[in-house]
Amino acid sequence: MGNDGADNSRRRFLTNATSVVGAVGAAFVAVPFLSYWQPSQKALAAGAPVEADFGKLESGKMMVVKWRGKPVWIVKRTAEMIADIKAVDGEVADANSKVEEQQPKYCQNQLRSIKDDVFIAEGICTHLGCSPTFMPEPGNTPVQGWKGGFFCPCHGSLFDLAGRVFSGVPAPTNLVVPSHYYLSGSDTKVLIGEDKKEA
Amino acid sequence: MKRLLTLLFCLSVSAGVQASGGGNYDHAPVDLHNKTSLQNGAKVYVNYCLGCHGLRFLRYNQMAEGIGATEAEVKEKLMFVGTKIGEQMNVSASTEMQTKWFGTNPPDLSLVARSWGPDKLYTYLRSFYVDPSRPMGVNNTVFKDVGMPHVLVGLQGKQKIVYKDVKSMEKQEDGSMKEVVRQEFDKFELVSVGELTPEEYDATVGDLVNFLTFVGEPHQLDRKSLGIKVILFLMVLFVLAYLMKKEFWKDLH
Amino acid sequence: MGVLVKTRDWVDERFPLMDTWNKHLAQYYAPKNFNFWYYFGSLALLMLVNQILTGVWLTMNYKPDAELAFASVEFIMRDVEWGWLIRYMHSTGASAFFIVVYLHMFRGLMYGSYRKPRELLWIFGMFIYVALMAEAFMGYLLPWGQMSYWGAQVIISLFGAIPFVGEELALFLRGDFVVSDATLNRFFALHVIALPLVLVALVFVHIVALHKVGSNNPDGVEIKKNKDENGIPLDGIPFHPYYSVKDIVGVIGFLILFCIVMFFAPEMYGYFLEKDNFVPANPFKTPEHIAPLWYFTPFYAILRAVPDKLGGVAAMGAAIVIMFFLPWLDKSPVASIRYRGIIYKAALAIFVISFFVLGWLGMQPATGILTALARVFSVLYFAFFLLMPFYTKMDKTKPVPERVTE
Repeated sequence: MGNDGADNSRRRFLTNATSVVGAVGAAFVAVPFLSYWQPSQKALAAGAPVEADFGKLESGKMMVVKWRGKPVWIVKRTAEMIADIKAVDGEVADANSKVEEQQPKYCQNQLRSIKDDVFIAEGICTHLGCSPTFMPEPGNTPVQGWKGGFFCPCHGSLFDLAGRVFSGVPAPTNLVVPSHYYLSGSDTKVLIGEDKKEA
Repeated sequence: MKRLLTLLFCLSVSAGVQASGGGNYDHAPVDLHNKTSLQNGAKVYVNYCLGCHGLRFLRYNQMAEGIGATEAEVKEKLMFVGTKIGEQMNVSASTEMQTKWFGTNPPDLSLVARSWGPDKLYTYLRSFYVDPSRPMGVNNTVFKDVGMPHVLVGLQGKQKIVYKDVKSMEKQEDGSMKEVVRQEFDKFELVSVGELTPEEYDATVGDLVNFLTFVGEPHQLDRKSLGIKVILFLMVLFVLAYLMKKEFWKDLH
Repeated sequence: MGVLVKTRDWVDERFPLMDTWNKHLAQYYAPKNFNFWYYFGSLALLMLVNQILTGVWLTMNYKPDAELAFASVEFIMRDVEWGWLIRYMHSTGASAFFIVVYLHMFRGLMYGSYRKPRELLWIFGMFIYVALMAEAFMGYLLPWGQMSYWGAQVIISLFGAIPFVGEELALFLRGDFVVSDATLNRFFALHVIALPLVLVALVFVHIVALHKVGSNNPDGVEIKKNKDENGIPLDGIPFHPYYSVKDIVGVIGFLILFCIVMFFAPEMYGYFLEKDNFVPANPFKTPEHIAPLWYFTPFYAILRAVPDKLGGVAAMGAAIVIMFFLPWLDKSPVASIRYRGIIYKAALAIFVISFFVLGWLGMQPATGILTALARVFSVLYFAFFLLMPFYTKMDKTKPVPERVTE
């Protein structure tokens, strides 16, 4: 191969230049292959905000709507339930929703809701993604002195009726409250998946 | 008449056979950069076609992006009540009803611009003529015995076909040549006026075909603009690689 | 740098890394006089990689189900991020693969690359070609358009021509009375798993065989006959870096052409993606004119040229099988066209013309005059092979130099 210095530096320069530009090209080629894994238009359309009307939901009951393939709970809480939530403040890990990612600003309160009697949350346990069971009746199941809430059958995590996690269970945080707002002029129609736009 | 139609049929078949899809079709004014045309085409499609022919592979939000309109505009002007922006543009009437009405399912038109080509579509939509022997009262020189009514007749008006005599030498069975006269399609003549002048009608159909060309492949503008960048990049890389090759091959001389 | 060298040495003690590198690249001596026609081997490899990579990505969203297949392809084209690009890379890649392979084979015909000692290399290559045709045929069913469907229906029906077992065999291949969901599903399995494995294995042995016998060259001179005191061929140069840098230039030049087609004419005016394939498969309505994709049309024309069903199938099969025997049909004393006489040059020219004309005829409707033409050119196609033992012997050759020329 060429031994004189001038040749070698030109050769090194051209090899490096070709390699660098070629590597940039390869990186560009990787973009479509990686982006291909992003949610498709279909997934995005299915993930669009959903409208729910809980006008016919009885007090003390729960309904489920599907949003982004996940169950979203709407619970109409009775006055007793609200009192029970307030009574367990000492037993839950994050009574006042200090962990910000778990709910939008307007639900960062003791009852974790816009209206006191209506609780909306994603029905996915914050431990490993199972869907907890709605157990509103106070009694001995699943634990002594249960005042009603959600119980995750997978690993035994417990949440109260505001989706607040009890201390000492596997789940680390409160249930997620999705962005939502009441449609104008209605007390029972909510749009789940979007914050209210500033008018 | 029958002979003529056979001839026309043969012509359209042989035209369809050509891989380039050329045929004797009028050139469609396709320009996907012309957003006004696309928006007008979308409006015509939604008003006159979507009742029977769905666009099941196109979502309203994709349409909005392609025709250069905002989602709010599309929602207001081009969507039926109760549909969502992320939904596909399906027909409003139920499929069973359509089968009863027309004896066949009106096909989905998401890809018609790719299977027919814009020129054939453009010619077809301007080639309906009065033919009382057909159930819908119309026939079409591009699509013989078409089952579809002429939905744009209110815009175009009714037209009839005018023939001309064409003389040609033809080989007879005994091998001799003889002059024969055939009737061939000459032109269309309006028998009643529509809302639009012929020029306006052609422009409207052009917009519709332009829109359908977009629908056939929504990403085609992205494709072309990316293509130019990729090819320019490769040319730069080619020069570098060529110089590198030259440099290495100096050793051998 | 020290770490890299140490890692390399660590691996080298456990795996023949440097041995392989040297044997197949840095100290693999290739003739120094390769010309334009020697790009197509590496380009074929590039296309194989392209097809596998984009193919794997397409399977992530494709649904091998008669009800869903067509829509899933359009889903990729419209709803998946960059799906249109991956799909066009695959569909354009299929045709480009065949173009490259045909040019690679033509190179072999020009320079006698199939001759002793490269007979097995040629045969492996022919098996790659056959596997590639099967791969392309099965892949073309997957979009489940009208041409996919009816093309498969026609080709599978060809097997029905085989005496006694034909109809049973066609039924067995389809897994149904017509091409159906069952056929689609098995073609999918073969297209994405079985045949790619076969292809990769065949390409591997093709290259192993090449590196055993060494590359031929445009002069058809064996460079191994003239070695220096170290046993290195005098007319050989190390593949790396000389041909690696040269092939990179070829690859980029090819990619420019590839991108022009892919970005600006992915349908290639109906040659790469047929218009009728944008209509979903309909088992009740045959398109007015069925033609296979361009890379099969020469053989399709031969099939139709024979007025008998079984005869046509046999002729089509023979047109492919006969190419396997090329190494033993060529009786010329010289390998390269450079030193052959006018007869071989004329024969090769007529063969290439016949191949093109047959390819064109295969796309046209089979009408009187065209069928007659197809017969003439089918005869010429076979004559190239069958008469080769005679005309290559008669041909007046020129003296071959000892060493390769520039």
